Amino acid sequence: MSFLTLKGISKRYGDFTAIEQIDLEVERGEFLSLLGPSGCGKTTTLQMVAGFVTPTSGTIMLDGRDITHERPEKRGMGVVFQSYALFPHMTVDGNVGFGLEMRNMKRAARAERVAEALELVRLTGLGGRYPKELSGGQRQRVAIARALAMRPELLLLDEPMSNLDAKLREEMHIELRGIQKRLGITTILVTHDQVEAMTMSDRIAVMHRGTIAQLSTPFEAYERPETPFASAFLGKTNLLPGEVLRRNGRCAEVDVAGTTLKVPHEGRHVQGKVNVYIRPEKVHLAYSGAGDARATGRITTRVFTGNQWLLLIDTALGQVSVAQPNNGAPPPNEGEQVGLMWSDDDLRVLQKEALDGHA
Amino acid sequence: MATLDDDRAGAAPWILSAPALLLFCGLLLVPLLLTFVLSFHVFSDTAGTLAAYTWRNYFEVITDPYYGAIFGRTAGLAFAVTFFCILLGVPETIVLARMKRPWQSICLLIVLGPLLISVVVRTLGWQILLGNNGVLNNALQALHITSEPIRLVFTMTGVIIALTHVLVPFMVMSVWATLQKLDPQVEWAGLSMGASPFRVFRRVVLPQILPGILSGSIIVFALSASAFATPALIGGRRLKVVATAAYDEFLGTLNWPLGATIAVLLLIANVAIVMGCSRLAERRFKHIFD
Repeated sequence: MSFLTLKGISKRYGDFTAIEQIDLEVERGEFLSLLGPSGCGKTTTLQMVAGFVTPTSGTIMLDGRDITHERPEKRGMGVVFQSYALFPHMTVDGNVGFGLEMRNMKRAARAERVAEALELVRLTGLGGRYPKELSGGQRQRVAIARALAMRPELLLLDEPMSNLDAKLREEMHIELRGIQKRLGITTILVTHDQVEAMTMSDRIAVMHRGTIAQLSTPFEAYERPETPFASAFLGKTNLLPGEVLRRNGRCAEVDVAGTTLKVPHEGRHVQGKVNVYIRPEKVHLAYSGAGDARATGRITTRVFTGNQWLLLIDTALGQVSVAQPNNGAPPPNEGEQVGLMWSDDDLRVLQKEALDGHA
Repeated sequence: MATLDDDRAGAAPWILSAPALLLFCGLLLVPLLLTFVLSFHVFSDTAGTLAAYTWRNYFEVITDPYYGAIFGRTAGLAFAVTFFCILLGVPETIVLARMKRPWQSICLLIVLGPLLISVVVRTLGWQILLGNNGVLNNALQALHITSEPIRLVFTMTGVIIALTHVLVPFMVMSVWATLQKLDPQVEWAGLSMGASPFRVFRRVVLPQILPGILSGSIIVFALSASAFATPALIGGRRLKVVATAAYDEFLGTLNWPLGATIAVLLLIANVAIVMGCSRLAERRFKHIFD
């Protein structure tokens, strides 16, 4: 039995369905991310786990106990909010110690735990300050320390990093993941930032329109997306619409704008209209003639981002974007003809959905 | 036009604020000053206000227990009304803030309604409601809760009820303003840390709306201490408060200097109490207020 189980959870507001029949299992000590665009239901899901929102149907089990209708103050979960939700009228010590005070912990023991939690987030010595006297990054650390001080069994993070600047965010990803692993605390993170989800999680649940579009490890989610939505949402990808000509043992032959591509179907029963996907970094430039090139095209846009070059190339297949690592030599200029190469194994094919899920 | 980085803003700010300043000086400062000067004039029963100056008016008001009782009654009234406005207004605002869309606007309108009605009409309405043959007393007797009418009109209770009704909107508005600034997630944060809803309110919400309660209390206190129409109509001539006493001196006994003295003392007492209380509160809850 998993540590946290969501079984058939739905949430409806009048006619609007926020969550549609979600099933999710989280193991003890696992770091799971709910990833998706705004409005996909990820925050609602977290709020139901925390007890702020009651599901319309379904059950939530925590460590074998049904907590579907348990009051939030009885659940003993640590929650870090997007706005941090620090108490502005209390010092950092007051904020971090609040949960312990509510458990009637003695002052001395409480001070010890508060100091411990502040040390964990490297804020030792700032206990006497008020939230408004802290920087954004420090406030966020206080929010984390406040959730951790109670030593909760489950830590819920609601887009905790979205108000930090990019550099600080990257540092916090590594740091928070480190703390989580050290404490072995089961954690659910809600985020719309795929880099954040990939860096920190053991597993990612990609959410779309109130359902889970894919549930797998970050690597699997990126390499083998199971739905068009997951494929488009996680990282960049080239989408080539085509039609299946033949399906063999391992491969499907797909006609894309007159060119036949051999794509591993990974056991999917693809037929008719499909989408072929390939990641920009899996496409390479063939400099020497077009001998072994899969396609040729003209470079329309060339952008340098420091660690790599991004190229947009017009080909017979459609527009293809290519990401080439910066190895010191600039790629050909805009306007030049180039050949493109890739390995068939890097192509992915997914059935085109009636309601195409890219919106 | 002055630019943003120009140290010398020029005459523009003065010109822009001139109409308001002139209005303020002409309609408030000058009459106030004249009243202050008037309060030092000598009054004679036979010759009226004389062009001589004296401290006697102040001496009379401060030493005469008759005026002492009036000032005491007014202070009691103002504190009581402020207390009930907090008691009713704060929960009311919190309920209002949590209401759903159409109902919220409707209820807010009902709460602010008293401000839209003329003070005389509203007060007469209370008379009809509270009078010995009024709706309330008839209902109480019909239900056999009391055998004879409870005297509400011409009593302190009646005045407090009517004033609280008028002044609650001011409390609602200022608490409303601070509630809007409250991060809704802090309540969830409190709950997630194991605090009961009541403790969340007392430890998390209440301290943060305290500035709103304080400013609402200042408004309510000042307005009820200087209220005239409601005490005059519901309290009647016998249950005098400072404002009605000053009125009687001006228009009844025609002792203008004494009336002016009462008015000046009311202003001083009002300012002293309001400033003293807010200083005290601001020092006590320093970190919430800035």
